[in-house]
Parts: sequence; C-alpha cells; structure tokens
Amino acid sequence: MPGKDLIVRQRKLIAVTAALAAGALTLTACGSRDAGKNAEGGSDGGATVVIAVDAPLTGDLSALGLGIRNSAELAVKQANEKKYVKGVTFKFEALDDQAQASSGQQNATKLVANKDVLGVVGPLNSSVSESMQKVFDDAKLAQISPANTSPSLTQGPKWAEGQKVRTYKSYFRTATTDAIQGPFAAQYLFNKAGKKKVYIIDDKKTYGAGLAGTFKGEFTKLGGQVAGEGHIDPESKDFSAIVTQVKNSGADAVYYGGEYPAGGPLSKQIKAAGANIPLVGGDGLFDKKYVELAGGATAAGDLATSVGAPVDSLPSAKEFIENYKKAGFKDPYAAYGGYSYDSAWAIIEAVKKVVDANNGKLPDGARAKVLEAVQGVSFEGVTGKVSFDEFGDATNKQLTVYKVEGDDFKSVESGTYSG
Amino acid sequence: MHELPQQLVNGLLLGSMYGLVAIGYTMVYGIVQLINFAHGEIFMIGGFGGLSVWLMLPAGTSMLIALPLMIIGAIAIATLVAIGAERFAYRPLRNAPRLAPLITAIGLSLALQQAVWAWYPDAKSSVVFPQLPGGPFTLGSVTIQTGDVFLLLAAPVSMAFLGFFVQKTRTGRGMQATAQDPDTAKLMGINTDRIIMIAFALGAAFAAIGAVAYGLKYGEVQFKMGFLLGLKAFTAAVLGGIGNIYGAMIGGLVLGLAETLTTVYVADIPGMQQLGGQSWGNTWAFVLLILVLLFRPQGLLGQRVADRA
Repeated sequence: MPGKDLIVRQRKLIAVTAALAAGALTLTACGSRDAGKNAEGGSDGGATVVIAVDAPLTGDLSALGLGIRNSAELAVKQANEKKYVKGVTFKFEALDDQAQASSGQQNATKLVANKDVLGVVGPLNSSVSESMQKVFDDAKLAQISPANTSPSLTQGPKWAEGQKVRTYKSYFRTATTDAIQGPFAAQYLFNKAGKKKVYIIDDKKTYGAGLAGTFKGEFTKLGGQVAGEGHIDPESKDFSAIVTQVKNSGADAVYYGGEYPAGGPLSKQIKAAGANIPLVGGDGLFDKKYVELAGGATAAGDLATSVGAPVDSLPSAKEFIENYKKAGFKDPYAAYGGYSYDSAWAIIEAVKKVVDANNGKLPDGARAKVLEAVQGVSFEGVTGKVSFDEFGDATNKQLTVYKVEGDDFKSVESGTYSG
Repeated sequence: MHELPQQLVNGLLLGSMYGLVAIGYTMVYGIVQLINFAHGEIFMIGGFGGLSVWLMLPAGTSMLIALPLMIIGAIAIATLVAIGAERFAYRPLRNAPRLAPLITAIGLSLALQQAVWAWYPDAKSSVVFPQLPGGPFTLGSVTIQTGDVFLLLAAPVSMAFLGFFVQKTRTGRGMQATAQDPDTAKLMGINTDRIIMIAFALGAAFAAIGAVAYGLKYGEVQFKMGFLLGLKAFTAAVLGGIGNIYGAMIGGLVLGLAETLTTVYVADIPGMQQLGGQSWGNTWAFVLLILVLLFRPQGLLGQRVADRA
C-alpha cells in the first residue's frame, strides 16, 4: 500500500503531466494566434477596415498558404501607403485553417463576429471553402478565394449536367476552375505531348477527385485511353500497391488529382519502381516543394497546370514581385501570390467605391454594400484584368502548363481552354 | 496477377515497418500492461534524430559513413525520450488506476508531436530525408529500392537480436520473469524498475530503426508520421497477440500484406469495384483484425491469460 508521501508525489506528477498535455493543446492554438499578430497597425483617424486571410499557415500545405497571406498583406500595406481610400485605414488579419474544413468554419465564424472585417481572402482548399461559404453568405461578407478550383463552389452541385446555379452570392474567386483546368491538361497531354494512355489517380478530396473527373472526361473524348484508375490516401506515404499497378498497366503518363504533399512522394515512388513516365497534375502540385519531395532529378519532366499566365512573365506582375521582395517576406509568394494580391485588391477597390459613393465616409451596413461592389469591380491586376462573372468566377480564364526543370517548375505554354 | 510477386514484396516491406514499431507496443504491454500511445511519437522522434545527425555532418558525406551514425543518433534520441517518458510520466503512475497512465500516454503523444512541430527547424511540413545511392535492383518481375534493402535487412536482424536477448541473456530472462509476475520477480531479486526501463528503451530503439527505414524508403519525415503508423503498429501488435514479441512481427507482416493485397485485388472482384483502393485498404485491414479477434481473441500468437484485459 503506498504511503502518504507517495500519493502526494503522484498527484504532483499527474499535475505536471496534465500541464504538459494542456501545453500541447495551447501550442496548437498559438500557431493561429501568432499568425493573427501580423495585423497592420496605424490609425490616423477615420474608419478602420479589416481585410482578413484564411489559409493553411502551418502543416503540409503551408508553402502555398504563407504565399497567400503575405501577398494579401502586401496589397493591404500598399493601399495604406498610397492612402488609396481616403478616410479609411486598412488592417490585416490572418487566420490558420490547417487545411481543415472544421478549422475553416471556426475561423469564418470568428471573422463574421468582427464588425470591422469587410472582406476575406481565401482559403486555399475547396473543401475548406465548402464549410465557410454559408457562414459568410449569412453575414453578407465578401469572400474571394485566390486558389479554389472546384466548379461546384460557384456553379452549384449540378454544374456538370449543365444546370449552373449560383448558391452563394458572397463567394468569388480569382482562380480558374477544374472544369477548365482538367480538360486543358487533357488537351495538352493528348495533342501536344503525344500521351495516349494515362493512368488516373486521385486523393478522394473535393479538389482532387473533381480535377481527375474533368480530366478523364476530356481525355476519353479526345480518343485517349485510360489505362487504369485508382485512389490513394494522402495521409499514408506508402503508395507501392498502386505504383506497381501503374507500372504494369503500360501507361505513358499518370494524371494525379491532388496536392503536392502526396503528389511528390507518389511521383518519386513511380520513378523508383522503374516506370519512367511523367506525373501530371493541377495547380495543387505547382510548388517548389513538390520537386523536393519528388526527389529532385527524378521529377524532371513532370507537368502541372496552373491558373493564369505565369506571374513572372506578365509586365503587370514585375512591380508586384519587386514590392514583394522589398517587403522582406521570408516565404516565397508561391503559386497563388498574384491571385491573392488581386483578391485583396478587389476588396480594396470595392471599399473605395462604397466610400466614394457615400461622400468619403464608410456607410452603415457596409458589408452588404462592399459585397455588391465586389461583383462589379474591374481593374488591371497583377494577373491581368480582374472581374467576376454572374457566378462569381474570374472572367480571366487563362491557364499555363509548367514542367519540372532542375529544382523548380518552368512555364511551357499558356493558353485559354475552349471547350 | 502477373504483378502478384511485386505486390507481395510491397506488403512485406510495409509489414516489416509495422512490425519494427509494434515490438515497442508489445514489449511495454507485456511487462506493465500499458498501451503506450506515445510510442508512435517515439518513432517520429527517432526519424528526426537520424535527420539531425545527417544535417550535422559536413555536406557531401557518403551515406556509407553517414547511415550508421544516423542510426546511432536515431536510437540515442528515441531511447532517451522513451526513458524520460517512462521515468517521469509513467513510473509515478505505476500503482494508479490503469486509465491514468493511458491518458498520460495520449497527452504525451500530443505534447511530443507539438514540440517537434514548434521547435524543430522547418518541421511544420514534410522535411526531406537523405537517400541511399544506387539501385533499384530487379529480380525477375520484382523491383526493390535501395532504401527497401535496408528495411529488408534491418527487420530480420533486429528480430533475431531481440529473440536472442530475451531468451539467452540474464536481463532478457529477467524480463520474462517480470512479465509473468512482477511481485515474485522482485522477491527473486530482479530490479523490476530497471527491467521496465530496458523494455521501453528496446522498444524505442527498434522504432528508431524503423523510422530511419521510413525516411530512406519514403524520402521524408514529418511531425505527424508517427500517428497513423503508430496506430497501425498497435493494430499489428494486437493482431499478433499483444505481449508476444514474435507475434508483433507476424502481426505486422500480416497487416502489411492484407493492406496491400486488398488495396489492389478487392477492386477485381465482380461488384466490388467501389470498395478497392487505398482508403478501403485500411478498412479491410481492420475487417481482418476483427475477424481474427472474433475467432482468436488472444491474437495470432498470443496466449490466453485470465487476469489480463
């Protein structure tokens, strides 16, 4: 039987352990709170408008998420420096959704509760957007995603059958949809790259499965052959079972609907198994980290399509890149930098329009008015002309094929998809 | 079916990794009846330990020299953390109700994961792990990677070492005695605290070897890698008969094979097309576990012991 001393000691240690466990939980919370501290300070009278970002700032997809945050922050900083909207100081706030729908919805609720938030840029993942749309729509808060590509977000669940219905009036995006991206990749592969037999793999997420589906439709329509289809679990890193099937199927390319944390290792394992065929995917693969995870040299020749023209080739983007460098951000602007800047700027334009129409003052019920103004914006942004169609989709439908060369993606050709 | 040999090898490789980690679960359970849920994180820390050694070596060091050092580093750090966990988190709770150490284990698992996430440089997403040069090797229709060769050698060698250690050495026999009856073992002059610590350390060492194999095989380590794999390894330990070290290895192999083969072949059964693929592979692996436990509740190699859950 333990003595009294022992019991006391045990209690202490239980307390210590509990504290450790609690510490672990707080650490997770810290991640998002730190991110929020980047808020732009400064108040020289007038109204304060908060432009918020929701993106994965930690975790596997943080390379893309941090690019979104920094680029949007840059837009906010510049609007303040130029005093672009008289009488309004913009503040910036970033929340971390860890690429999880549940975190995204919590963040959305938090943003809606803050009356100063007049526009939200993000998120990265279509699946996260699905959980946020209704929250924003109920609050009439404008949301512009620089990266969501799932067509159903704007055109409703039955878009594929041609019954396009906009579900949420508060949702916009500067990115092009999978309805265009998948077929664009199929046309490039079949017509230009001469690949006639493709193995299609996806990760069963909204983005990945959607992309793989639209790719398959166009590829078979063109007369291409599907060597096989499979799904992987992106949380696992062992793809050997499906890789063996790919190798024995005689496919001359693999199309992967998914993101780089699983796409990189998948490409690596396919090449390692002795199948020297390129892995092709969408904008979810389009990051330098993909090449690193795919094993560097063996990834050469892998392809990714991404929305818009390559940012560094546009004259309008030169200034953005220069300013981005000048601002001293630690992380690169990544795949969606230009779109994030444009998304934030679209909100700033909308605020300007609302304020100008109200004699230089922020009106009551500004959210609904800003939302209305976003629908009508039209300006020359980093990625070209920025405006939205009746579904909230970008009117700019340009896409680019990128190929892995050395340790990064290089643009091969740009074009618009004509169905 | 022409790819069957390759799929069998894929399954065996995956299973060997599960087995290496499962040993840690099974040894600790066999001796103190504790399901050490932090063991998956010990595995992960082993991976980062190996990576740290690689990062400290001068650039361009040959893998032939680096690999042994990385294994030593991985084992050292994993064992240290495991011993620390045993000494400061589990030992004070040894006479507490069984739920207390279990919950401690879950808390520790979270704490370790978050600690690596927060403090290891650039560990907020996957970190690239160095690769063995050369390969792949082809044997008939089977291709084996250089990284896999390490796993193929490490798993049986570790298992043989463990078997020898437990059967032949004085400490090993002390372990068996403690597992059978801790009180009597203590009366016979066995230092049970020391034995328990050694059980934790050995489990951690095997997990660390498994983690280096993981890094070499998949080319990356990340702070979350111990979670799913730990869960699978625990399943393997239960499947093989928890408390039995050979059972852990067998359970790992069976689980790895089941997962790989169902991923590939279930879709070929007429009418089952929708139930194939990797995410269903996990489901089928658990279906197998349930079936085995229905007919052999003690696991494949386990013994029916009346007073244990």
